[in-house]
Amino acid sequence: MSIVGSIYKIAGPLVVAEGLKGCVMFEVCKVGEMGLMGEAIRLDHDRAYIQVYEATEGLKPGETVETTGAPLTADLGPGILRNFYDGIQRPLERLKEAAGDYITRGLSVPPLDPGIIWNYTAVAKEGSTVQAGDILGTVPETKVITHRVLVPPGISGKLTKVREGKLHVTDVVATLTKEEGKEVDLTMSQRWPVRVARPYKKKLDPIIPLLTGQRIYDTFFPIAKGGAAAIPGGFGTGKTVSQHQLAKWADSQVVVYVGCGERGNEMTEVLDTFPLLDDPITGEKLMERSTLIANTSNMPVAAREASVYTGVTLAEFYRDMGYDVAVMADSTSRWAEAMREVSGRLEEMPGEEGYPAYLASRVADYYERGGRVITLGSGEDRMGSVSLVGAVSPPGGDLSEPVSQNTLRVVSVFWALDSTLADRRHFPAINWLRSYSLYLNVLADWYKKNVAEDFQDVRTRMMTLLQKESELQEIVQLVGADALPERERLVLEVARMLREDFLQQNAYDEIDSYCSKEKQYMMAKTILAFYDRASKAMDDGLPFGKVETIPVKDEIARMKYVPNQEFPERFKTLLKTIEDQLSA
Amino acid sequence: MAKITTREYTTVTEVAGPLMVVEGVEGVAYGEVVDIEIPTGETKRGQVLESRKGIAVVQVFEGTRGIDTLSTKVRFTGDILRMPVSMDMLGRIFDGLGRPIDGAPDIIAEEYRDIAGAAINPTARAFPNEFIQTGISTIDGNNTLVRGQKLPIMSGAGLPHNELAAQIVRQSKVRGTQEPFSVVFAGMGITHEEASFFMRDFERTGALERIVAFINLADDPAIERIITPRMALTAAEYLAYTCDMHVLVVLTDMTNYCEALREISAAREEVPGRRGYPGYMYTDLASNYERAGRVRGSKGSITQVPILSMPDDDITHPIPDLTGYITEGQFVLSREMHRRGIYPPVDILPSLSRLMNEGIGPERTREDHRGVSNQLYAAYAEGRDMRDLVAVVGEEALSARDRRYLEFADRFEKEYVTQGKDVDRTIEQTLDLGWNLLADQPEGELKRIDEKHIKKYHPKYRKA
Repeated sequence: MSIVGSIYKIAGPLVVAEGLKGCVMFEVCKVGEMGLMGEAIRLDHDRAYIQVYEATEGLKPGETVETTGAPLTADLGPGILRNFYDGIQRPLERLKEAAGDYITRGLSVPPLDPGIIWNYTAVAKEGSTVQAGDILGTVPETKVITHRVLVPPGISGKLTKVREGKLHVTDVVATLTKEEGKEVDLTMSQRWPVRVARPYKKKLDPIIPLLTGQRIYDTFFPIAKGGAAAIPGGFGTGKTVSQHQLAKWADSQVVVYVGCGERGNEMTEVLDTFPLLDDPITGEKLMERSTLIANTSNMPVAAREASVYTGVTLAEFYRDMGYDVAVMADSTSRWAEAMREVSGRLEEMPGEEGYPAYLASRVADYYERGGRVITLGSGEDRMGSVSLVGAVSPPGGDLSEPVSQNTLRVVSVFWALDSTLADRRHFPAINWLRSYSLYLNVLADWYKKNVAEDFQDVRTRMMTLLQKESELQEIVQLVGADALPERERLVLEVARMLREDFLQQNAYDEIDSYCSKEKQYMMAKTILAFYDRASKAMDDGLPFGKVETIPVKDEIARMKYVPNQEFPERFKTLLKTIEDQLSA
Repeated sequence: MAKITTREYTTVTEVAGPLMVVEGVEGVAYGEVVDIEIPTGETKRGQVLESRKGIAVVQVFEGTRGIDTLSTKVRFTGDILRMPVSMDMLGRIFDGLGRPIDGAPDIIAEEYRDIAGAAINPTARAFPNEFIQTGISTIDGNNTLVRGQKLPIMSGAGLPHNELAAQIVRQSKVRGTQEPFSVVFAGMGITHEEASFFMRDFERTGALERIVAFINLADDPAIERIITPRMALTAAEYLAYTCDMHVLVVLTDMTNYCEALREISAAREEVPGRRGYPGYMYTDLASNYERAGRVRGSKGSITQVPILSMPDDDITHPIPDLTGYITEGQFVLSREMHRRGIYPPVDILPSLSRLMNEGIGPERTREDHRGVSNQLYAAYAEGRDMRDLVAVVGEEALSARDRRYLEFADRFEKEYVTQGKDVDRTIEQTLDLGWNLLADQPEGELKRIDEKHIKKYHPKYRKA
């Protein structure tokens, strides 16, 4: 049942239409003769204020506007993985086939390719009673992910017909009779409004780390599966490289990468490299478990606003199947700016720095969609998680601005990028003194069981040394390093080793790019062993000058380039060399 | 139904700043071009910024001087802003709105293109990875430019950014190919002197016939500046993707462009963002900068070198800040180095090229490039720290290691950064210069360089 009105006013991405009494908030409308997609974001008598997801040049007052009766939804079903979408889930590859190299307007292409034939296996038997979240059947979606077709939320009843075999995503795979006797046809796909969180049975505490293969995260500031982290940093501090590293190496089963208002060339890099990169966990290509949403900075601003919701909805969908999903959003500041732009056009009363007053609640709503949950469905509990990592681009690198502040209020992990570190090419440029992770305590048990008994002690000792270094640096700034006692100069030296040989990690080096948790632990142990042994040797009278020039230091510096599998062996030799050289 | 309907009105009701309100209009499209005839008979152009039933808000490019609310005629053309493009553009000079100012006749159009351009589908882009040798060590060695990249020069008033840009234009080449770059030059609010500096330089080096210039001078209407870069980029897209040319686009000065943007926003009484600049400035800048790139299946490319002068040398000012978030890196000029007579005064520490990694290495430049660059960065950063330290504690308090780095920083600036305006170094020369400086450091401290490369390129082993 659609309502037809006409355009009253056009200003940038905002179109005001009149004659739309009955239009519902957040309903999708087709605007103008080209049928541009938009969403009603404010109603005033018979006028609807519509944010349009496509460029509005050429629209005229008087052109028709038609409501569609539905909110902005995502199509959920097999075919999402290995795909690239724009902010409103239009598949970019097929847009290109349909319209050429440039994004054209008024084009609608189904998100899930109706032409693909899937090998569908029924799981739920005919005659059985199912409820929302139960597995109807499975589809091998990619080489590594088995897609579980679920009964959509809000539906339950008795299966009266079940099909299987080679089917299209739009084919009916089961017919269900509801209690009241109404029949419902179910296909492999379902629709879900992107601005609404998908339901689950119960939220759980995060107790398992999301391992990333990056030393600064895993060892120092871990994020839990189902947790939320923010990476704020000025331009050039490495937000995007960090996000790419996380997307590549994090041990989640499914990755949703949202490029929100970022550079076109960077998205192309992701599109080019992901299909080629090997996944260290499955051995297959990374793209087999990833989906990308690319809404570059020059693509329409309203679609940018929608892109993070589309991303998190896809993530929740895979969570409901029982997978651990990680969402990388780069950058949430662009999302907030899109909100600001639209809010400005609505002439709303601005809050801080022109951002709308509802910025805080929108940011909080978004991060609350993360979490580890028991999914809907009968029978044995199925667990899934959505971990959210959001990059924030504060203007001028100043974290006191509203987007950073509102984000920090709701996330538990803060990875502080630092432009001074980036300037000297210390990457990842994460400041170890300012960053924090609130998951350290809840994850302690896991590390104890799965890495080493003394893992937390090792971490604490390293942190203490780094903290001590920063205090000593202040003195050095005043009197010079020569004025320090020898023991303190050793602390400075070891802290430097920690910074350069442990914290710095080369994303572009084939080996160093991914560091296993065992190797991380042993690398840390090596440096601490050096410190202990050198302290002892200095107690026995060895001058610091000798320690400073000892050859084993060079070997320690190169240990990051030793492959993960060979490292245990090297660890033993390193410990022995330290012992030998310092006891001589 | 006629597609183009021309409607003429004399119903201007309000004129404020660069904007004009026309009432009683019908069917005016958002973004439509408007021809205006003022009482003196002079004509102006404008574009619809807001269209509502019966009312159109028009921004007037040439300024609103002379417009009245009685007899000014406003003609809605029924079309969006398009410009004629053809190969004949090469060697020509246009004003900020694309009208020839070199005395030669209008160009004969191959086609008319929408100057707003459309966003390239990310899947249609080809990733930029071809090394452009500019002959400038700080750029080639440490902040490599690649074809299809957008890399601005962030400068300040009184710094030699124009000289540097002209040198980049003169010397840029892709090694192993003979194809020269064609250059699209857009001057926005630049002085007559600046404009003639560039023109003289292009003429002197015989580059003029491969240049398309759009010049909006400082005393030309400010609103024109909104259009100038879009004209230039439309010309560039035609040359790159239709004529298969490699195009280098120089946009100067983006700061003036942003000021014009702010002026319009203020006139429209929009809610301002930071420092009075409109909230959509990021999106607006992106719609220009993102037009750099390469497209799969097309031979051409667009490389952008925008110049912007940072107000008060402040890199956190909204203009450089938003630019830095869109472009793939930046060259930052340092006033302090300029004062010490270093040319080009590129401060490599805050400078960055995000696409460097893909453009360097074996087959593209040399296998040791990444390592040498990182090592130079690390050593120079350490040397600069020492300089600060010396200011407090004096040189005597430094350890031998510290003093070595201090000396490194000085030599780095003198021998590596400094080069003449006509000195065109090959990448090998640049890297070898780097090695000469690194050779004074103990080998154990060259941690960023692969051992194999040390053995191969370190002057100590090379002599042997």
